[in-house]
Amino acid sequence: MPEFNQSRGRIVQIIFALVFLVIIGQLINLQIFSAKYKLAAENNAVFRKVIYPDRGIIFDRKRKAILENINSFDLMVTPSETKGIDTFALCALLNIDTAEYRKRIHELIFKNGYVKTSVFEALLGPEMYARLNENIYKFPGFSLYERSVRNYPYHAAGHVLGYIAEVDTGFLRRHGDEGYQMGDYTGFTGLERTYEKVLMGQRGIQNFIRDNKSRIQGAYENGAYDTPAIAGRNIHLSLDIELQKMGEELMQNKVGSIVAIDPRTGGVLCMVSAPTYDPNYLTGNQRKKHFGELLLDPRKPFNNRGLSTYYSPGSTFKTVSGIIGLTEGVIDERTTVVCPGYFTGCGTGKPKCLDKGVFRFKEAVAHSDNSYFSTVFKRLLDQPRYHGADSSLTVFNSYASTFGMGQKLGIDLPSEKKGNLPTSAYYRKIFGPKWYSCNIISNAIGQGELLTTLTQLANVMSIIANKGWYYTPHLVDSIEGGDEYNMLDPYQIKHRVDHRIPDTVYAAVHEGMQAVVDYGTAARSKIPGIVMCGKTGTVENSAKVNGRMEKQQDHSFFGGFAPRDNPRIAIAVICENAGQGAWAAAPIASLMVEKYLRDSIVGPERNAMYEEFKKKEIIPLYMRMEIQKQDSARHARQIKQMQEKIEKGEPDSTETEEFIPLYNEPPPTNNKPAPKRKTVISAVLPDERKSKKPNGRA
Amino acid sequence: MSTRNNSISQGVDWMIIWLYAVLVAVGILCIFMVEYKPDTNWVSSFIGGKTSYSKQLIYAVLCTVIATFILLTDSKLFTAFANLMYAGGILLMLATFVLGKNINGSKSWIPIGGGFNLQPAEVCKIFTALALAKFLSRQETEFTKPKSQIIASLLISAPAILSIAQHELGLALVYSSFLLAMYREGLPAQILIYGSSFAVLVIATLVVERNTLAIILTVIAGCIFFILRKQARRNRKSLVLVVGLWLLCVGAQRFVVPYIFDNVLECYQSTRIYSMVGKEYDCSQNKKSARKEGEKAAHKPDDYNVRQSKIAIGSGGVTGKGFLKGTQTRGKYVPAQSTDFIFTSLGEAFGFVGCFAFLAIYLFMLYRIIRIAERQRSTFSRVYAYSVASILLFHIAVNVSMTIGLFPIVGIPLPLISYGGSSLLTFTILIFILLRLDADRQMVLR
Repeated sequence: MPEFNQSRGRIVQIIFALVFLVIIGQLINLQIFSAKYKLAAENNAVFRKVIYPDRGIIFDRKRKAILENINSFDLMVTPSETKGIDTFALCALLNIDTAEYRKRIHELIFKNGYVKTSVFEALLGPEMYARLNENIYKFPGFSLYERSVRNYPYHAAGHVLGYIAEVDTGFLRRHGDEGYQMGDYTGFTGLERTYEKVLMGQRGIQNFIRDNKSRIQGAYENGAYDTPAIAGRNIHLSLDIELQKMGEELMQNKVGSIVAIDPRTGGVLCMVSAPTYDPNYLTGNQRKKHFGELLLDPRKPFNNRGLSTYYSPGSTFKTVSGIIGLTEGVIDERTTVVCPGYFTGCGTGKPKCLDKGVFRFKEAVAHSDNSYFSTVFKRLLDQPRYHGADSSLTVFNSYASTFGMGQKLGIDLPSEKKGNLPTSAYYRKIFGPKWYSCNIISNAIGQGELLTTLTQLANVMSIIANKGWYYTPHLVDSIEGGDEYNMLDPYQIKHRVDHRIPDTVYAAVHEGMQAVVDYGTAARSKIPGIVMCGKTGTVENSAKVNGRMEKQQDHSFFGGFAPRDNPRIAIAVICENAGQGAWAAAPIASLMVEKYLRDSIVGPERNAMYEEFKKKEIIPLYMRMEIQKQDSARHARQIKQMQEKIEKGEPDSTETEEFIPLYNEPPPTNNKPAPKRKTVISAVLPDERKSKKPNGRA
Repeated sequence: MSTRNNSISQGVDWMIIWLYAVLVAVGILCIFMVEYKPDTNWVSSFIGGKTSYSKQLIYAVLCTVIATFILLTDSKLFTAFANLMYAGGILLMLATFVLGKNINGSKSWIPIGGGFNLQPAEVCKIFTALALAKFLSRQETEFTKPKSQIIASLLISAPAILSIAQHELGLALVYSSFLLAMYREGLPAQILIYGSSFAVLVIATLVVERNTLAIILTVIAGCIFFILRKQARRNRKSLVLVVGLWLLCVGAQRFVVPYIFDNVLECYQSTRIYSMVGKEYDCSQNKKSARKEGEKAAHKPDDYNVRQSKIAIGSGGVTGKGFLKGTQTRGKYVPAQSTDFIFTSLGEAFGFVGCFAFLAIYLFMLYRIIRIAERQRSTFSRVYAYSVASILLFHIAVNVSMTIGLFPIVGIPLPLISYGGSSLLTFTILIFILLRLDADRQMVLR
């Protein structure tokens, strides 16, 4: 018997021990020294569900909710559980065919996997929801998921309120440290953007355990690490939604803008930009389609013309140059200037003045005398005490900039532009070092290089109304629960314009502006019983038509405030290509002022005016032509499709969508030549007219 | 311990029985953790017998009956019929090629009716252990002689080769554990050393690039030659030995190892072994899987199993997440968790402390078996006891190592813990035959 092998038993024991030691060693490594496995297990098994709080509600100055939340429903589907359902019945409910159903399910499986729940149809309409809710029990695997959607009950103020949209990669890159992730919604424009921090509230987190196929198994640690969602804060605006709505009505089928400010607080009462859109278009399940349509519209409805479009202020600027002239002492209220039909000071015959005669300051304002204010401007620049036009213009600008021109005011909306207050350095570049006042004389009447936004103009009116001070225009009055981020602080600061300007100067300007409405250029817009001060403007402009810059019908401007004593509203109106200021802008402004001060339009005459301007269509010619181009191109495409179908032998196809032109009938507004338009169309699509008949255009 | 009056318990080692009971109980608990769902009433499903843990309990009761039956038999029975049972076992394995039923891609099962299947390769472990013990305990066997060593090796390799033929690499590897038992009986230590050296060489081949390894081996050979240069002058043999070894090693790493991976192993096996050292195996080189391309799709190479099992065990930390609180286990992230990867549920729930205690129970049981082996008077019993210890060690080491990423994945269950009736039955029979032999250790001198 091999008893000599006894020692080997010991060795076998050592081998056993070694094997176990190796295993224990690896266990120590895995379980005690490697933190990554804990993390990996958590990533595997813990599903963090973000709970979105309701966004804050926006109220107007009369506490009406103008942007709120409604509950909408998504139809969700879990493809793995849909076996054996009555697909045909479901398709009948949803108004789709089974092929479409199959296609969607396949897409979802491809995108999110077989067992994950994903959205089959988002944002069901109320009728569809009612229909599905009754029958959903018949379709296992399908469920209705409630979610909160933005709603605009007044269908107005889209530019001001803005919209929310899903964040994109660009947004995530810019706001990397703010905790957004793919699929989140954020305010993209308007107040939704500016007050995002306040409105969005605080997102909550719920932790779930999920299994290897991402199915939820229950709460993780019984919700010990969950945080609740905190709803967004409501905000209150200075905006008057009734006024806003009326402004949008008045500006329908026109291009332009209305900005009204409460001069006492700087609160914006309305900010209309025409053409506008129903903000509800951008919330429902048709959002993408609507967004595309609006984006491609030649009238550029997304453009906020109150803030981000430059206009020459035109004659409304005469109020400012008048104030500066009076303050600097180059004129006084009794100074007279003769208008022989043009400004004689520079010998060029420009600018022209319409009403011939001799004017004092008050009458010059009332009749918007170009000659008078060119004289004022020339005298200002030629003042000997400043030694030359260069430094004189700098002095002039120092006044003008305290009126908020040439700089961003700091309104609480994104995409505000700063305008342009041309400097002497700029003119030196153009006219050489020896430029003189006549080079830039058109600035005297608000033409030339001087550019403002309409909000700046409204703010100027507010300053004049207050006789020298203003609060930065703003929309938000207060935030419920306190202004945590100090977002409203800039609007508590009272800004004073140049202190050299005495009250008497303002009084003189008020006198002139009242005369404008009483018997001057805007006499038609006088509101019975209300003393309004204002100034009309008529701005020459040009636009690209068929690739050529052409002079267009004048822009119609008006700036003013009312009542003269203790003014409560300052307003600025632009109506593009509507001709003289008195033709469109002034009446619209007067109606707005009356509405705000009286809450209604009083008297049959005024109401007739209201109806008249509601109906007026003033779309600039170049836009009309763009629209025609788009319409006819679309029309031609449809006809081509139809012809192809007929050739294929499917004459009774009813699928062709009905041709709806963007812009139905070109209005016979002003005197722009109609034949010209026709030639344009035929130049674009020569065969379009021939084939128009069979379609039976409405 | 052996002073009981009862005829069954006379001389039986109760310590092993207790350890056995504890391990089976732990096993059922582990399966319960894997199967547990918080929203179902576990009591009713336990009684209903539909779940794995209640089935395992039924198997355990069945095993108790069989264990009692074994303890009631005469130990002479095993010595007498050892060879016959071995022959029967081999026959059964051959029969699988004819009667075999395909389960999980391996054609090693024989249906025996009533929904039960028998895996002869599994049962054959017992018979091989008995046959080896029988062979080594013969009077005429002198194990120091190479002839006996070769016969013993053949006894072991026959079922191993048949297992490989049935695509059961894991089961075939188990038979290598008999080397330990044979070592105890006098197998030259060199064989074990050569074996482990070859293993090191294989791993080196995997880790190091081929040409680099050849250069390293040459440098080593050169160094040895330099050290032995004085001896070499006197004795040509050592020089020849060094050169021969060098040739052998380089030959192995350049030709033999690639040949094994490309021609002997299946594609998925090669992939698993390569992924152990963090490399990818190019399946297009594998002739074996290329040959049967038409039969079935190639296995998708993926280290998902190991990754998830390492995550489960690693996330347990020092003290574990607590009973039934393992997220990996509840989320079913680890595949085959109630069978081959049962250790992960333990590691996740009870952490390092739990694993250590659990392994300590195992090690204690193994040492106890070695102690039993050393107190035997008969060679038969001793060889058998060492075989049992070696088989258990091999299963435990390989199973636990593969869950913690120390060994490629081979389908080897954790003894007495993993879910599965035949595995539990095999180990029960193995252990209780040992107990029966040990109880009769005073009787025979064979």
